[in-house]
Amino acid sequence: MDTKQTIIAILQDITGADVSDDLDQNIFDSGLVDSMATVEMLLELQDQCGIDVPISEFDRNQWNTPNKIIEKVASMQ
Amino acid sequence: MVNLQPYASPSYFIIIGLCLLPIIVGLYHGKRFVAYETLFSLVFIVLTFGGDHWHQGVALIGYVLYQLLIVGGYARYRRRNNQTSVFVAAVVVAIVPLVVVKVTPAIQVGSQSLLGFLGISYLTFKAVQMVMELRDGTIKAFQPLPFLRFLLFFPTISSGPIDRYRRFEKDYRTAPERAKYLQLLNKAVFYLFLGFLYKFVLGYIFGKLLLPEVAHAALLQRAAFFHTGLSLPLLGYMYTYSMYLFFDFAGYSLFAVAISYLMGIETPMNFNRPFAAHNIKDFWNRWHMTLSFWFRDFIFMRFTFFLMKHKLVKNRVRISQCAYLVNFLIMGFWHGVTWFYIVYGLFHASAIIINDYWLRFKKRHQGLPHNRWTEGLAIFTTFNIVCFSFLIFSGFLNVLWFK
Repeated sequence: MDTKQTIIAILQDITGADVSDDLDQNIFDSGLVDSMATVEMLLELQDQCGIDVPISEFDRNQWNTPNKIIEKVASMQ
Repeated sequence: MVNLQPYASPSYFIIIGLCLLPIIVGLYHGKRFVAYETLFSLVFIVLTFGGDHWHQGVALIGYVLYQLLIVGGYARYRRRNNQTSVFVAAVVVAIVPLVVVKVTPAIQVGSQSLLGFLGISYLTFKAVQMVMELRDGTIKAFQPLPFLRFLLFFPTISSGPIDRYRRFEKDYRTAPERAKYLQLLNKAVFYLFLGFLYKFVLGYIFGKLLLPEVAHAALLQRAAFFHTGLSLPLLGYMYTYSMYLFFDFAGYSLFAVAISYLMGIETPMNFNRPFAAHNIKDFWNRWHMTLSFWFRDFIFMRFTFFLMKHKLVKNRVRISQCAYLVNFLIMGFWHGVTWFYIVYGLFHASAIIINDYWLRFKKRHQGLPHNRWTEGLAIFTTFNIVCFSFLIFSGFLNVLWFK
């Protein structure tokens, strides 16, 4: 599975919503992802993608759409 | 010697305006006069903590040296090692002075700790943040001077907003471009006048004129409703106090942000129309934002991360509930060790937990109506729950019931 599929699957798993039809939606503004879901996501990224994002590295503005997350993760792998 | 309390009088604004002129001219020409700024900051810190407040000044100097030692020491340690126990010890030692200052009045009624000074909480937030980011590796090098500059940035020294080190440093290292700086100046002037309206007009009307009246009327109703004191004047006190709290603190925050902007530092905003929040979660994204985001990033998220990583609690709903309780209880204790601050924390934890139940219910029942009436009802409900929490926070119930 490529990064894009993995991220979509992780987000689906955590939020119960399929984000693949709009990868530029703001996941924080819509309330889809909150602090709790963020932590779950960071743990999943650690497990499934092998990247380590410390909480203080996590700036909401840089991670607020599925596309931005995919880009971030790809750049860190 | 004179003493000047921040943003308290017209003379403060005149003096600060005059002293800022060279900095403004410099920044307009793309230059930051670091030496002048440092001198200017020192003078204002001396004015705030000097004169008849000199004992606070001594406490401040002691405190700063202490934090310099801890954060510097931890940074030095962190270059080679990364033991969790040392990290925890560093955080604990960094908050000890604040804990002493908060606990002293609760143990010896009416007395204040000698370690205390105006703004100790806000300096502690900054110091603890440094330790945590050093642990995460997001701050790599520790430099004493930039750390001191961050810690003692005088526009925000007394009551925030709470900035972040890396953000602050980035602003400080450069001067903004002219177009950008003009924008900042523009905003600063607007915020100053909005701040005057908030703090000196509306805050004054609600806090100084109306509040004593409703307080008096509410105290006359002690026997009302089976001796609980629940009365219409008490309701009046609740709303009046809530308005006073908002306009007074939002006004102060606007001043702090405006003065920062004039110095080319984009200190984050503290309020974003909090009474337009449509639920409690939304409220905490709008009220005293730099504090709630600090709690979110350095307590809530770290605590949930810890619980999940070590699989201490399996159920994710329970995890978030535990984290909310811890988060808001600490916030309550931080406000002060009195029953009403702690109840205020518990109240908000309960409110946000119930809020989460409702959000999950809504997710499962997608067909629920959503229109401007339900939105209006949500805002109205949130507003009243928040105002009730401020009634607890005000400590007025303590006077009404126990004094």
